[in-house]
Amino acid sequence: MVVKERIKEAPFSVVNNETWKKPIYETHGLNLWYGTSHALKNIEMNINEKEVTAIIGPSGCGKSTYLKTLNRMVEIVADVNISGSVTFKGNNILGNAMPVELLRAKVGMVFQKPNPFPKSIYENVAFGPRVHGIRNKAMLDMIVEDSLKKAALWDEVKDRLHKSAYGLSGGQQQRLCIARCLAVDPEVILMDEPTSALDPVSTHKIEELIKAIKNDVTIAIVTHNMQQAARISDRTAFFLNGEIIECDRTSTIFTNPSDKLTDDYINGRFG
Amino acid sequence: MQLSNQTIMMKKMKYRIGANKFAKLLFMLSAFFGLGVLAVLFYQVFSQGIQFINWQFLTGKLSTQPERAGIMGAILGTFWLMLVVVPVTMFLGVGTAIFLEMYAKKGRLVGLIQTNIANLAGVPSIVYGILGLTVFVRLLDLGNVVLAGGLTMALLILPIVIVASQEAIRAIPSQMSEGSYGLGATKWQTIQRIILPAALPGILTGAILSLSRAIGETAPLVVIGIPALLIPFPGGILDRFTVLPMQIYYWTLDSSLVAEYANLASATIIVLLITLFVLNSSAIIIRNKFQKSY
Repeated sequence: MVVKERIKEAPFSVVNNETWKKPIYETHGLNLWYGTSHALKNIEMNINEKEVTAIIGPSGCGKSTYLKTLNRMVEIVADVNISGSVTFKGNNILGNAMPVELLRAKVGMVFQKPNPFPKSIYENVAFGPRVHGIRNKAMLDMIVEDSLKKAALWDEVKDRLHKSAYGLSGGQQQRLCIARCLAVDPEVILMDEPTSALDPVSTHKIEELIKAIKNDVTIAIVTHNMQQAARISDRTAFFLNGEIIECDRTSTIFTNPSDKLTDDYINGRFG
Repeated sequence: MQLSNQTIMMKKMKYRIGANKFAKLLFMLSAFFGLGVLAVLFYQVFSQGIQFINWQFLTGKLSTQPERAGIMGAILGTFWLMLVVVPVTMFLGVGTAIFLEMYAKKGRLVGLIQTNIANLAGVPSIVYGILGLTVFVRLLDLGNVVLAGGLTMALLILPIVIVASQEAIRAIPSQMSEGSYGLGATKWQTIQRIILPAALPGILTGAILSLSRAIGETAPLVVIGIPALLIPFPGGILDRFTVLPMQIYYWTLDSSLVAEYANLASATIIVLLITLFVLNSSAIIIRNKFQKSY
């Protein structure tokens, strides 16, 4: 297969003077089927620690499926068959060795549509820590404040922490969802088109937020917006029809892609 | 062209407008028919029974003399019956709904259970009475006590509670549970902290509505064998009992012998109707108060 050959060179072709980052996720020969439809084909890809990795590609190319495989949310939505291996810090996450609850505590997820719980702002952020057994009120207060500050939302909500989260605007709700993730102190945050339901100003705030937190957490973001990928990511992977076409430094992908398909997609010739 | 022929169009126009008016009238009448019958019933019952409702009637014991008879026994019986029905149906009903919606894999087994529940909702109440008589009264040897009657009633309204709870759970957007799983919550934590609080108003509404059905139901209790005799007030779930609709039933039967009993039946109907009215209103209030938009 053409794709396979290409992949061999792609992920590690990055030899430049930037500091070499350690992969936190390593994917080898990942195949995924929804029933009989082959959604992911032989994916080989790494996600590096404390970097922003953008995943781009046209609708239905498998980018969201791949993202949801990384915290095994894909199994909740539909019946799937998975083969191959995905390791998180060296541990295979596809078997039963690692409980999904533990994996999802270390790997948070932000969804396309902001989905705060029908609870107060405080309770939304405290949900994760509570689920993982923190009951101490002072501790929870501290986590809530800290997470909201990291998500650049504290100043806007500090006076109405105990009001419903539904009173917030869409952009604020999405930042609340990011704060909710941060409250569990994850090592990775997966973002599935987090700004596609938001206006440009809110989108900008989320992008700034991503840049601010990427020193502490690894971020993998699926996006339809190529400018967004170019603006915020360190590395970019291009998916097409369930295959990974190219994965490289974002600057390389956007200026000098090694595959013609990538070039065509980035320049809007299809997709 | 046939269609644009003005004379034909005008001729048909009259008929079309007439049919339009007729349809409106027809549907209006069918809507008001039920209301009309209800009004007649209310008038009949209230005019006959209202003057017999007094403190002595509400708190008195049954008596062979109509002017001294009271319905406290039936009120207490209804109370104890509900004390059995509510926890049993809530636990079994909500439990079944949670299993079907949250745990069971959509497949043949779930389809089978689902079809069965739908069928059970259509089983006549007297059949439940026979079930109660066979299983609770005779097989478990409980006798015709509150517990046996309550378990029978619980089975009777169980399908309604299950279906209402299922719908309440299904109405919660999947993003809610995904958000919870995404934070590392287990399924039980998600059910406990996200699903049940959000579904509670819907579940309560269904439960209260089905409860008012149980309060008004007579047939299963007739089969179980509720005594028409003078029995002491029930003091617990293992006592023999009677309930408001049973009292209405027996007094209506007796009115062919002693005409005054018909008045007592009317007065009891008023008490029963008011109870049901209060219950149904509270269901509506709960629904409106907690209705959430996501």
